Parts: sequence; C-alpha cells; structure tokens
Amino acid sequence: MTSPYPILSILGILIVTLTLAAGLIWLERRLLALWQDRYGPNRVGPFGLLQVLADMIKIFFKEDWIPPFADKAVFVAAPAIIVVTVLMSFAVVPVAPGIIVSDLDVGLLFVLAMSSLGVYSVVLAGWSSDNKYALLGGVRAAAQMLSYEVFMGLSLMGVVLLAGSFNLTAIVEAQRNLWFVAPQFLGFVLFLIAGAAETRRLPFDLPEAESELIAGFHSEYSGMKFGMFFVGEYLGVILISCLITILFFGGWLGPVLPPIVWFLIKVMFFIAFFILMRAALPRPRFDQLMSWGWKLMLPLALANLLITGAVVLAWRS
Amino acid sequence: MAQTFLDSTELVLNMGPQHPSTHGVLRVIVKLDGEKVLGTECVIGYLHRGVEKIAENRTYQMFAPYVDRMDYVAAISNGLGYCLAVEKLVSAEAPPRAQVVRVILTELNRIASHLLWLGTHALDVGAITPLFYTMREREYALNIFEQYCGARLTTHAFRIGGLQYEVYEDMEKDVLDFCRMFAPKIDEYEELLSGNRIWMERLINVGILNAEDCKAYGVTGPMLRAAGVNWDIRKAMPYSGYDKYDFEVPVRENGDTYDRYIVRMLEMRQSVRILEQAARGIPEGPIMAKVPKVLKPPVGEAYVSIEAPKGELGYFIVSDGSVQPYRLRVRPPSFVNLQALDKMARGSLVADLVAIIGTIDIVLGEVDR
Repeated sequence: MTSPYPILSILGILIVTLTLAAGLIWLERRLLALWQDRYGPNRVGPFGLLQVLADMIKIFFKEDWIPPFADKAVFVAAPAIIVVTVLMSFAVVPVAPGIIVSDLDVGLLFVLAMSSLGVYSVVLAGWSSDNKYALLGGVRAAAQMLSYEVFMGLSLMGVVLLAGSFNLTAIVEAQRNLWFVAPQFLGFVLFLIAGAAETRRLPFDLPEAESELIAGFHSEYSGMKFGMFFVGEYLGVILISCLITILFFGGWLGPVLPPIVWFLIKVMFFIAFFILMRAALPRPRFDQLMSWGWKLMLPLALANLLITGAVVLAWRS
Repeated sequence: MAQTFLDSTELVLNMGPQHPSTHGVLRVIVKLDGEKVLGTECVIGYLHRGVEKIAENRTYQMFAPYVDRMDYVAAISNGLGYCLAVEKLVSAEAPPRAQVVRVILTELNRIASHLLWLGTHALDVGAITPLFYTMREREYALNIFEQYCGARLTTHAFRIGGLQYEVYEDMEKDVLDFCRMFAPKIDEYEELLSGNRIWMERLINVGILNAEDCKAYGVTGPMLRAAGVNWDIRKAMPYSGYDKYDFEVPVRENGDTYDRYIVRMLEMRQSVRILEQAARGIPEGPIMAKVPKVLKPPVGEAYVSIEAPKGELGYFIVSDGSVQPYRLRVRPPSFVNLQALDKMARGSLVADLVAIIGTIDIVLGEVDR
C-alpha cells in the first residue's frame, strides 16, 4: 500500500526529518543542559530555538577546507554517503497508515542494508583524511559498526518471526493486540544497544572519542562537510528511535490521539532516552566494546532467535 | 616474504601540545601498534617561565605571588609551602590564628583542586556530566577565596609570617555551610561513577603503579597512597598545626586508576572533616608574626615540604644573607609524578593512556614552571 501521492510523501518526510534533526540538536543541547544544571542555548529566538538556524548559517559560511594531503574525491563523497543512506532508510518507515514513501515488502532488510552502507561513510572519511587520529577513528568505526551490525540484524529476527513479515507496516499491524516489546524484551534491549552503537552516540562514540582522538574520523572536516556528519548523526538517532517504535512499541498504534501523534510521542521518548544516555554514561574502551559485542550480545541474540523460533513453531503446530 | 601494506608497522602519534585531554600543553609522543601503546615520551616545557630563576631577582616578599602561578589549581597550597619555607629560614612562626585560617583555606583549595581533577578525569573517560557538577561546587570554594582576599584562582592569600587580611565577617559560617552542602555532593558524584560498570571496567587494573615503583620514581600524594603506602606529610611531618586535627589518611592497595580515584574521593571527605574542626575553632589573636619589612634571612638553607593536593610540594631555598634568595628550587609533585606515565601506560591502549594522564592529575604550570 504505497501512498497515493508519492511526491508529497517524499517531500513531507524529507522536510519533517531534516527539520526534526535540526530541532533535535536544539533539544539535545537543552536537555543536556537541564541535566547538567546549566541553561544551554537560550539567547537566539524564543527558548533559543533559532540557535540551530544561527549555527546553520555559520556553518554554511565557514571555509570549506580540503586538506592538500587528503584523497579529494573520497574525502568529498564520504559525508554525502551518510546523509543519503540514512535518508534512504526513511523511505520505508511508516509514520502512520498511508504516510510512507515506499511500502517495501523487504522494508526491514532495506533499512539494515542502508545502515551497513552508512559504515562506508565513516570509514572512508577516516581513511581519506590521511590523518593519524582520523585513521584510528576510521578503524574503530569499521570494527565497531560491522560487529554490532551482526547482532543488530539478529536481534530483529525475533520480531520478524512473530510478525511473519519483513514489511514494516505489516509488523506494526501485527502488534494490534500486544506490543512486541513484551514477548521480545531481550530483542528490544539488544537492538537498543546495537542501535546506539550504530549511531555512534556517547556510550559508543569511540570513532569520535573526543578526549582520545580529538574528533576521530572527522578531525579534518570543516564547514558544511562537518555539518553533514553532524546531521547524519542526528538523522541516525531519529531513524533508530523510529525503528524501535515501529518494531517494538506498536508504531502509530494507540488510543484516542491520531496515529501520527502517537508515533511522534514514542519517537521523542526514545530520542530523549538516547540523550539521557549521553548525559549519564562514560565511554567504554575499544576492546571491551568488541568483547561485549561478540561474547555477550551475539550469543544472546542467537539464543533469543532460537527460543523465539521454537516457540513460534510449537504455537503453529 | 615480501612486505605488503597489510604488514602492520608501528605508528608514531603526536598527542599534544594541543589535545583535549593532555590537560594543558603536555605533548606525549606515543608509539602505537594498532591501538596498543608500545611506549611514550613526554615533551614538556611549553609553559616554561623560569619561575626559579625569577626568584633569584626578586625579594622574598615580591616572589610570593609568583608561586601561585605554578599549580594554579591549588595556588593556596603553593603559597603555604613558600611561606613556610621562608619562615623556616628566618625562624619565624605564624601565630595560631593565622595557622588555623591557613589550614581552612588550604583544605578548601584541596577540595577545589580535587573537584577540577574529578571533572576532567571523568571527561577523559567519556562521562561529560560530572564536570558541570564539580564546577558548580568548586564555585562555592572559590567564592570564599574571593570574599577573603579578592582573588579566586591565583590568590596570594598568605604572607610570610602569617596573613595580611583578617577573616571576613561570616567566614566561619560560610565554611561550615560549604561543609554541610558539600558532603552529600560527594555521594552524588560517587552515585554517578563509583558503581558504574563502564566506569569500573575503564579504571580497574588500568595503569597500575605498585608501591616499589612509586618509591623508585618518587611518586607522592594520592598516587602513592593508592598503592598502599601510608604517607601523608600532614601526618608524617605535621605543619601549620595539622597534628591538632582528627582525620584519617585514606589508603588503597592496588595502585590502579580506580584506587587513585577512590583515594581522592575519600580525601575530599577527610578535608571536609578538617574544615569543620578548623572553622569551629579559630582562636583569637594576631594574624601576623613579627617579621621585618626588609627581609634579610641569615646565610643558610631551608627545605620545607607540604602535602599539596597532587603530592609532596617542596621548596628549597638557599640564602646568601641578601634580600633575594640565592637559589630557589621547587619540588613540584606534578612533574615528579608525570615521570611514571611511561611505566603505567606501556602495554595499555590509547583510551587507557588518556585515563592515565587524567589520573596523574598534572597541572602543566607546575610541570614546566
């Protein structure tokens, strides 16, 4: 069931997600400030809402410097990749019944594929910069995102088994009686962790790791190219929050309020959760992150899949 | 076999002097194999101002404000050490009232210094929030300094022979209020960090420096006590009447980064204890001993060391009988403790290196002088 007005849907979702991403920067700064006992941006416009606009103007007018030692073509392409892949993922996200760009039957696989492609952006940015810190960041990003992707996909298979479909709309519809977070609580926790790792947000921001690698993979980036990474990161947060909402918390389903409002409420909740995580947690070490991923998360995801499969089989027969 | 680009070679990484977590202008040249640290070399001197040489061209009183600029995070401790050294040289002693006020300000400064360390150390490990909390509480201590002597950071609070300023009207009350306010705040920090799985995994068994190594390198202060050596100059060689106060010296065994963190947290609690006792018992009397305006110490030399927040801070002064020191030598704890960096960091990862630099608690103004 694709939307009757595809162009409208595409434009609508593009505008809404990009505005949300910009708004999210403001929200994060305000919320962090709230938890850290300070004010945050509150000068430009009401409640500092226009701060993002001011920052955008600033970043557009900054010198867009490409280091002479960098691999130019790759250096320029890298920031575009991340924004494009994340925005592509939004194509299959059902916001409300009928509000979706493309209702793919393999929607979930498409999202996973796009997030795998997003890794290239970070890795290539790190390598093409020809900077030692960026290189270390790129290497970390490659290892971290590849290994967390493995069980990110696996943790979702329980949901797919229960819904019997990769189609995100069908998955939401399958949760009419019970949100999947109840039968798939382990899957939810695993996906939450993997999702945080995919977005490279604070407990998992090792590729950037400001205190170790200065700015990690985007050390050499400036101007709007840096801005693209920034926007890509926030788009990633929105995407992961949308996915959690759709896969585990019944998407737009909810009483009284219109579906789209329910969807936004749930998404905002998880966005706030990601910001709180950033405020509260220190950063794990690289080797610890990898060993948690492979030694703890992956076996748990496999066990989750195995048990869900067995239960579903027994139920059907 | 032919060398291919896959055969990993060592990477020499230049950390600093501009780097977010070298705490100033420390430059560490790191040899890396992947992320593993094969060796480090510290390059210092970016903040060298020749403080010791300046001392030879200033009178004893004129040089006193300069010492504040060494460990500017704990300026009061610096001033105390210098004043004690000169007082020893001229055989003067600050009157009891001055001594108690000195203890109050020094312990407040110890807390302020540890708070700055805690915030930045947590930031190095990736926790961004504690910094704002510690800065918030540090503000109270700095406000008391400001009320007392007008300056917040480089205070120049003490004079040779005692104090220049009388205690301001509500100082006792302010200090006691600070103690009441601050004790629960330590619990708050510990709640955020001490039991946190990630925090513990990042710090436990990282950068171990055992007691023998500590002694070999001359490492002092919380780093030494975290390795199990009960050595605190306030107890071992009491000065400024520290023997009158009831407090404990926190000691831990493992000498890893986590133990150093715990020792400093406990030290803040002990400082609060000292503050409470001192603020309740400020005796009446003069605040300045009889010291001549033109200070001409007899020919001789004096060494005084005190327990600064970062370790043993020593001043060695040689006098030739003139109004200026013939030679002044500072034993800065940061500089000596920094020597152990390579020993601790070898074999760990880049992330550990950052945590270890944070745990030494260096101030580059003191390392370079």
